[in-house]
Amino acid sequence: MAREFIKGNEAIVKAALLAGCRAFYGYPITPASEIAHAAAKYFPRLGRTFLQAESEIASIQMVYGASACGQRVMTASSSPGISLKQEGLSYLAGSELPCLVVDIMRGGPGLGNIAPEQSDYNQIVKGGGHGNYKNIVLSPNSAQEMCDLTMLAFELADKWRNPTVLLADGYIGQMMEPVDFPEAVLEVPEKPWALQGEAADADRLINSIYLVPEILEDHNRQLQRKYAKIEEEEVRYEEYLVEDAELVLVGYGIVSRILRSVVERARGEGRKVGLLRPITLFPFPKVRLRELAEGGTAQVFLVSEMSNGQMVDDVRLAVAERIPVEFYGRMGGCVPSVEEILEVVGETVRKHGATV
Amino acid sequence: MTSQSRGTDTAGTAGGTRVLEAHVTVVDPELCKGCGLCVAACPPGVLSLAPSFNSKGYHPARYSGAGCTGCGFCFYACPEPAAVTVYKKGAEVPAEGGI
Amino acid sequence: MAKKILRKPAGFYDVFERKPGDQLTTHYCPGCGHGNVHKLLAEAVVDLGIQDRTILVSPVGCSVFAFYYFKTGNIQVAHGRAPAVATGIKRALPHAVVVSYQGDGDLAAIGGNHILQSANRGEQITVLFINNAIYGMTGGQMAPTTVLGMRTTTTPYGRKVNNEGPPIRVVELLSSLDGPAYLERTALWDNKAIRRTRTAIRNALQCQIDGLGFSMVEILSPCPSGWKLNPDEAHEWMRENMAPVFPPGLKKDVRAEREPFFPEKRELTAEEIRAAVDLQIEEPTPYPSELVKPEYADPAIKLAGFGGQGVLSAGAILANAGMEQGFQTSWIPSYGPEMRGGTAHCFVHISRHAIGSPTVSNPDVLVAFNRPSLEKFEPELKPGGLLLYDSTIIDVTPKRTDIEVLAVPATGLADELGFSRMANTVMVGAYVAKTGILSREAIEQTLPLAIKRQNLVETNRKGLARGIEFVEGLES
Repeated sequence: MAREFIKGNEAIVKAALLAGCRAFYGYPITPASEIAHAAAKYFPRLGRTFLQAESEIASIQMVYGASACGQRVMTASSSPGISLKQEGLSYLAGSELPCLVVDIMRGGPGLGNIAPEQSDYNQIVKGGGHGNYKNIVLSPNSAQEMCDLTMLAFELADKWRNPTVLLADGYIGQMMEPVDFPEAVLEVPEKPWALQGEAADADRLINSIYLVPEILEDHNRQLQRKYAKIEEEEVRYEEYLVEDAELVLVGYGIVSRILRSVVERARGEGRKVGLLRPITLFPFPKVRLRELAEGGTAQVFLVSEMSNGQMVDDVRLAVAERIPVEFYGRMGGCVPSVEEILEVVGETVRKHGATV
Repeated sequence: MTSQSRGTDTAGTAGGTRVLEAHVTVVDPELCKGCGLCVAACPPGVLSLAPSFNSKGYHPARYSGAGCTGCGFCFYACPEPAAVTVYKKGAEVPAEGGI
Repeated sequence: MAKKILRKPAGFYDVFERKPGDQLTTHYCPGCGHGNVHKLLAEAVVDLGIQDRTILVSPVGCSVFAFYYFKTGNIQVAHGRAPAVATGIKRALPHAVVVSYQGDGDLAAIGGNHILQSANRGEQITVLFINNAIYGMTGGQMAPTTVLGMRTTTTPYGRKVNNEGPPIRVVELLSSLDGPAYLERTALWDNKAIRRTRTAIRNALQCQIDGLGFSMVEILSPCPSGWKLNPDEAHEWMRENMAPVFPPGLKKDVRAEREPFFPEKRELTAEEIRAAVDLQIEEPTPYPSELVKPEYADPAIKLAGFGGQGVLSAGAILANAGMEQGFQTSWIPSYGPEMRGGTAHCFVHISRHAIGSPTVSNPDVLVAFNRPSLEKFEPELKPGGLLLYDSTIIDVTPKRTDIEVLAVPATGLADELGFSRMANTVMVGAYVAKTGILSREAIEQTLPLAIKRQNLVETNRKGLARGIEFVEGLES
């Protein structure tokens, strides 16, 4: 075990190298540039590739090329840059190429600002590019998870031959915390489908074009079956004091850290408040949410995001009006305080007459 | 026409070989799209488009049977991978059957 | 051309199994130049002995299905992005021969920047650029290389210099860059031109095989369907209309001046990787909890001052030492518009428990390094909280009476040491001595981790000691 007090953004790079990532293709953008800076420093030290591409569009296509050759490969950007990478993400999904894309979300729409937001949920979790595809989406809420989920992202990407997105925000990227780094991964899975620059390549094809409608439909059906299996096998979430909770808070990323403090404060006041934090945003912990809505003590959900309410749609779909789902959001880079959410908890309780 | 002309450089020569005494150009009429570029490219003018149609409705190119100089221009002028094959004098070809 | 038999090159699949319908002919229209270039490439990869390690990048355009034909590695990519994808492939597999096969819309319009930048990087790839002055696949629209006056489906009155501008001469454009090693323009309009194209393709591939850098052949190629001409008329049209705008010839050839470049491959052990990413194996030295004065345990600390006072690094010093002593710690700088407001601040947590929100509205401790910070943040401090302020440079006193206040003449003490910028570590020393929350040894041990300039570690250590002494002096 090696422990380091480190910024989340830098933890990503060290974790990627430990996970066997061979190449980083990026383009500068605040607040994700620190990842590129660290990658530029460390990748060449290990004889691995760091390249600042001519654009976001180019960098994701370089990822496409490297992934096609079986390399563990990554890029990192922030919201406006991710919008540009959506073309490449669609092709990666269509050609079933694994990779890691890090999105350090910032304020939007348009140029917005460089302060933290969570308004990329829709464009990352719902697809974003064209076509019937899904990214695997992981949401860290600490520097430690910037490390752990980066390493997991490479595993899941390879396991499912699917692009995986680490969806974080400028807040977690900037925050320093102690991180325990695990041992380096030296063996990565065999990829018999990947181009190797050898004679057997003649039987391999990396491709997303299927001209015949029935064949493209088959390809799409196979993708949907894969996504269904991912939903069965890969859901991850964390709960905090939900067993007897009458009001369940739901939030991801930095908001979940704030919500944890809200739970502690509310419990201190004798209120039965708990927290469910999705770690995987796709697959979404909808089964667990439904269980809580159906059979448990929960009387109302309160979802908080630093957005106009994007994940809340998935919570509502999961809960299917079994119990009320309320939403509290901040935008523009404003981070909600513990006190203001406590206030909303109070209002929510009054509105729904819960006994909390 | 034999199937060998649709193969590649690696086509086998089982059954013995013979050595050609003259240059020969062979056009597979079913692989020809009748663009006529080989006809235009042929210095001695021994290729022409047939008045008949192939199964796709093209007038395929054909060799008059004499006068080929083995220059190979028709082979490179033809955009199709396998429509034209040029056998130069001295080439070894299967003993049996056509080429 | 010394072969005895000229027949379908082995660089093609025997049967085009990926192609729907007829699997012995191409999908190209009669007389299309793509077929000629395909044949020249398929022949070259065999003759040069590189078929097994060739990877062909199929673009978007009429050659989108080039992967039907070449018995090599194949990858199909997005419109215009082939040079970027080829870059990723070549960097992953330096031994591979990577061929980016592109048309004029793909390469010079939507992918214009990618070709420019990959050429400029001297990327070790070979680009075959088919210039037929039109978009064939999508229905005969204008290309960047459409010549003036030429009618297309999107220039029905002819391309006009004042609307679409004149055509782009790509190899001339790229020849102004230092990156490319070999650039040539050839044509397919007669036997001689085709022979030259054959040679140029081989030169370009050899350039890559030899590790000499970026190589590209622009090939003027007929599109009889797009131009609505017979194949032989198309050849004539090319010569009359394209040759004057796109003169064939060798545009750049610096192969002889180049040193071959072949990146070395390295496989590292786990220990080497760990060392390369600056990870040292360390175990925390847990801090004896009985030494923490209960009223100061698990603090949320706000440190504030102006930029340059070392506020952020004072926070990092505390958090690093906290980690070393087995605490949960977090550090987050002020973020967003506040950063420009004259005060810089950060939050630090040092806790025995999991840390929720890394920022708090009402901190337990405020360390104020300048007057605006004191005035702005004093009201936020939790009742009963601890306030430390630099009494050398803050000329007012705190107003609240429900808090504990410790005035530390930090800048003055640092000045006495001869290092006025060490006021931040003096303050850290004072805080630690006051609260007993961390051991002095832990801070000294982790100072090098928190301080960027290693030549300042020793002076920081002195500042720390001075702060500690100051508080001990008060208490004794």
